[in-house]
Amino acid sequence: MTETEPFTEADAEAMLVEEDAGEVRPTPVARLTAYMRGGGVLVPILTVIIAFLIAGLVVLITGHNPLTTYKSIFEGTGLNWLFPWVSGTERATAASNLQQTLIATTPLILTGLAVAYAFRGGLFNIGGQGQYIVGSVIGVWVGSSFASMPAVPHIVFAIVAASLAGAAWAGIAGLLKATTGANEVISTIMLNWIAIWIGVYLFQLGGPLQDPTNPSIPTSSTVTSTAKLPVFWGPPDLQGLHIGLFIALAMAVVFWVVLNRSTTGYETRAVGYNPDAAQSSGMSVGRNYVRVMAISGMFAGMAGAIDVLGYEFHLATNDIQLSNIGFLGIAVALLGRSTAVGTVFAALLFGGLATGTSDRNANLADPTLTTTLTFLIQGLVILLVSTDVIALAILRGRRRKPKTTAPRAPEPAATPPEVEEKAA
Amino acid sequence: MKTTQQRLGWAGVALGVLAGFISVTPAITHVALPSLILAAIGIGLGVYAVADERRLGIAAIVIGVSAIIGAIAAAKSGEANLRNVFTWSALIAATLRYATPLLFAALGGIISERSGVINIGLEGMMLMGAFFGVLGADITGSWVGGLFIAMLAGGTLAFVHAAFSIHLRADQIVSGTAVNFLALGITGYVFIDHYGTNGTPNDISRVPDISIPGVRHINFVGDAIGHANLLTWIGLLLVPIITVFLFRTRGGLRLRAVGEKPHAADTVGVSVFPIRYAAVVVSGMLAALGGAYLSVGFVGSFSQNMTEGRGFIALAAVIFGKWRPLGALMAVLLFGFSSALAQRLPTFSETTATLFQALPYVLTLVAVAGVIGRSRSPGSVGIPFVKE
Repeated sequence: MTETEPFTEADAEAMLVEEDAGEVRPTPVARLTAYMRGGGVLVPILTVIIAFLIAGLVVLITGHNPLTTYKSIFEGTGLNWLFPWVSGTERATAASNLQQTLIATTPLILTGLAVAYAFRGGLFNIGGQGQYIVGSVIGVWVGSSFASMPAVPHIVFAIVAASLAGAAWAGIAGLLKATTGANEVISTIMLNWIAIWIGVYLFQLGGPLQDPTNPSIPTSSTVTSTAKLPVFWGPPDLQGLHIGLFIALAMAVVFWVVLNRSTTGYETRAVGYNPDAAQSSGMSVGRNYVRVMAISGMFAGMAGAIDVLGYEFHLATNDIQLSNIGFLGIAVALLGRSTAVGTVFAALLFGGLATGTSDRNANLADPTLTTTLTFLIQGLVILLVSTDVIALAILRGRRRKPKTTAPRAPEPAATPPEVEEKAA
Repeated sequence: MKTTQQRLGWAGVALGVLAGFISVTPAITHVALPSLILAAIGIGLGVYAVADERRLGIAAIVIGVSAIIGAIAAAKSGEANLRNVFTWSALIAATLRYATPLLFAALGGIISERSGVINIGLEGMMLMGAFFGVLGADITGSWVGGLFIAMLAGGTLAFVHAAFSIHLRADQIVSGTAVNFLALGITGYVFIDHYGTNGTPNDISRVPDISIPGVRHINFVGDAIGHANLLTWIGLLLVPIITVFLFRTRGGLRLRAVGEKPHAADTVGVSVFPIRYAAVVVSGMLAALGGAYLSVGFVGSFSQNMTEGRGFIALAAVIFGKWRPLGALMAVLLFGFSSALAQRLPTFSETTATLFQALPYVLTLVAVAGVIGRSRSPGSVGIPFVKE
């Protein structure tokens, strides 16, 4: 140890031993949400454009033409159906593609809302995937049993049961946070994988819920015709667009109403902004954590049910392991600024991206290559969504700069954290 | 008053004894599973308790292990033809194989989280290592080059995570999630672009296996631990090295200080940013080595998303091992054992074996919940440092 070194090991050890006795900070998520909501509409749009530009650059560097690639992706989404000049067979193809895009968008709206609701309550629900799986497992079980039920009650029963299951699954994380302070990020990640393995267990060969009529395939029983969601656009037997889209849009409205026009939503936002202030004004922060997670999980569970009742009709162990609808919900919510409207548009973007880059898009020169572009663009969007947080932070920092450039008094700069701690 | 650790240790001992007791039944029923599960949980509790209640923890582990041996022996005595499948030495060797990639990633996770940066991106960094390890070995024609390029790729991805979460103060969870998606996209894209649908060539240079000269030919031990991949040995060697670094050197002390009380560390002249950058990049390199073990070390090829969530198991091991290298080693051995058992268990019970795959996550959930003794994370993990 040199003499000029003011930092002695004893100092540091003492520092490390010191316990955080209930030190209070605004949760990182609260900070994030506050920044995100300050950015307006322009920032997310810019984010998407930059992400597409970077991905296009990758396409260019690897010797492909980004413009034709993007054009065929766009046509694969079927969004060109909206253009009045598209006609004839081209229009029919576009319609069919657009149906697929909207089918993919539906669960993304819901898992996006799930993550968004938790964000607004100051929690990071990274467990949308697990809640989605639990919802789809319950949905497919209810949908394939109770065959004697009439159609409407059967569908309602399946969706409600799946939503409640999702709520309960997420509620575990909320309960653990409320009672023991367990970080919800870690517990929801663990719950994701537990859900995946339970799902695989149930439907694998010899599993308790494996389709008895199909003993050689690891899949669930097929949803009965009474529980299938009605198709309103396109051929019902060839994966036309089912009414799940309207359920998802209705849930976006519910999201907005609950969050902005109800006591529950008010408490959610209050706890999200500042748990301590909420606590001192008489709200139970712990109960709110449980409630926020349950509502969040409800959205994700519903997404699972709508997918199995709407177009999948049965659930193979592969589907469970390869699905990433719940994970994408994180990207959707971040890009959608945790608002109802933003989430719907972000879901449409990601739904379109998934459909446009999928293997079934015959326009693509190299479908397997383009499929991987989806992940690249998704990653870039998520990364850049966090950059505009930074852009704002830097802007704010600039504005405050005159203050911070003043000669730094060492003592006040160093003391606040410790003072806070002792006070707490 | 008993501490939670003591209660936990006793619970582990009790479970182990119970498991041993019912392990007699397989001789009649041929089903060893209930006692295997109980014993595994008992071992888990023992591993968890061992840091604070050494004797009790070790007792729980020993009893659990003997219960497992008993159960398997009982089941084997019922059906002699199972002997080949369940050879113990093979099980131990398989445990080491499953644990190696997890160990590297978990050690990386410890270094990153000890410095105050949550690394959800371990999964992505492993995936980068897995692909670029193969690509590197293919291009340079040697596994050394492969490992080097894997570390470079993992380190680069980690640098992105570091830059966003340290300097740009992005939310570390968001940035980590982004990094995971990015890795999936980058590896998938370059893989398809470079190798097309044929997959990676099957003659790439692989990391060699190393035999311990004297041990190799001893009957049981030789099969179990006498012969393992070079990376397995390196991983095991890293455990004491990183332990000493973290807890016995000035660098390690600074790293921990930065993770616990960055402002205090800053006040006494420790630069927070460079330490955090270095920690995250090293963490990415280690995770990449773990990923490279899967591809260049073990199977010799790459397939899309081949890490399949192992980064998250590693994350679980970091937490379950209480942010200590030795704890993480115990955790990955336990998790590796549960994977090895799940793979070999179908002989006993086809379906229930799957549930063994969930064991790491259940144990970690119980551990973070703190129902049985909290595992405490570094003080400032997840909080961006703002110099005042």
